[in-house]
Amino acid sequence: MKVHLRNPDREFEVIGDRKVHDVLVELDIDPDTVLVIRDRELLTREDRVGEQDLLEIRPVISGGAGCPS
Amino acid sequence: MIEIRRHNAAFCRDCFAHHVREQIRRAIDAFEMFTPQDRILVAVSGGKDSLALWDVLLDLGYDAGGLYLGLGIGGYSERSGELVRAFAAERGADLVEVDLADEFGFDIPTAGRKGSRSTCSVCGLSKRYVFNRAALEHGYDVVATGHNLDDEAATLLGNTLRWQTDYIARQFPVLPSEDGLLKKVKPLYRLSELETAAYVFLRGIDYVVEECPLVTGNTQLRYKQAMNTLEAASPGTKTQFFLGFLERGAPMFARRDHIELHPCERCGQPTTGRFCAFCRARAQVLGERLEDGAGPCTDREIAASVSEEVLPAEIYGRALEGHP
Repeated sequence: MKVHLRNPDREFEVIGDRKVHDVLVELDIDPDTVLVIRDRELLTREDRVGEQDLLEIRPVISGGAGCPS
Repeated sequence: MIEIRRHNAAFCRDCFAHHVREQIRRAIDAFEMFTPQDRILVAVSGGKDSLALWDVLLDLGYDAGGLYLGLGIGGYSERSGELVRAFAAERGADLVEVDLADEFGFDIPTAGRKGSRSTCSVCGLSKRYVFNRAALEHGYDVVATGHNLDDEAATLLGNTLRWQTDYIARQFPVLPSEDGLLKKVKPLYRLSELETAAYVFLRGIDYVVEECPLVTGNTQLRYKQAMNTLEAASPGTKTQFFLGFLERGAPMFARRDHIELHPCERCGQPTTGRFCAFCRARAQVLGERLEDGAGPCTDREIAASVSEEVLPAEIYGRALEGHP
């Protein structure tokens, strides 16, 4: 399964057929800091992803006090 | 479904949009931020927070226009401007545009290289200056920014670690208007970055996903990461920290003194000294002298003068005495 991680843009191949949570754990990503998107749909950490899926993982952390996004 | 662990809840798409609007409505009501009769200028960067705020205020029926400040940060600024213009056109909303280079003669990358301030510092200074000035010039009553719960919790953490009590005293979701400073409000202070990001995604709002290329290493990001580590172990920590501060901590830091503001001798915006922080920083970047004679004239003297300034009242406003 392909994973497109944003900011900066990177691509990974990971094992599919498991929960989003397990993918995030493997990539050492805190689930509360990202949107996980498949086919323009938001996924929860309990959703299952398949071997043929393409996931976008989009961090939500931005800016600072001086630069609200 | 959207999970929000700090609320121990999951929302369907419609309920989530309702939840976001309700949090913003509660923030507006709790601090009497503005009324339906007020003209609100939303500072929009093209990012998720400011576009979420603008979208909700328009949906709630407020008279909300947008202000986009062109920072001159290459393709990042070009893309941001395009998205803001597209949103304003789609919603039929008023948009004020100011280009820093056209209006003031410098852009943020240049200021970061030539000035004594960090890039993020001079960027924040420029934004706050332009927001207030443009809102006054265009007849708005209130300036609204997209600072969210993560922004505010991280800022409070940083200020507390250094015991910067003057800064803590000013860290409020609302700063009243006075002496040429328009009222400033932060209606997203009850919402996390995850919530605003999910909201704009579900609403189909196109926003700038990429981070500002100049923000790498920003201290504020380190504080956010620290807060996220605590939040992961104990969901709700950020909420308890910041909302608890507003309820129980802030009154202990409320300022009692009164700071006199005067018009800047260069631009007329309020300041505590002869020249406002923005004019001093701009003069340094452009290599100009603000005055003949007594004022700082060498690069080193100007840099010392600007760097000694401590979060001036003309930029951040004053603490709201005795509030909440």
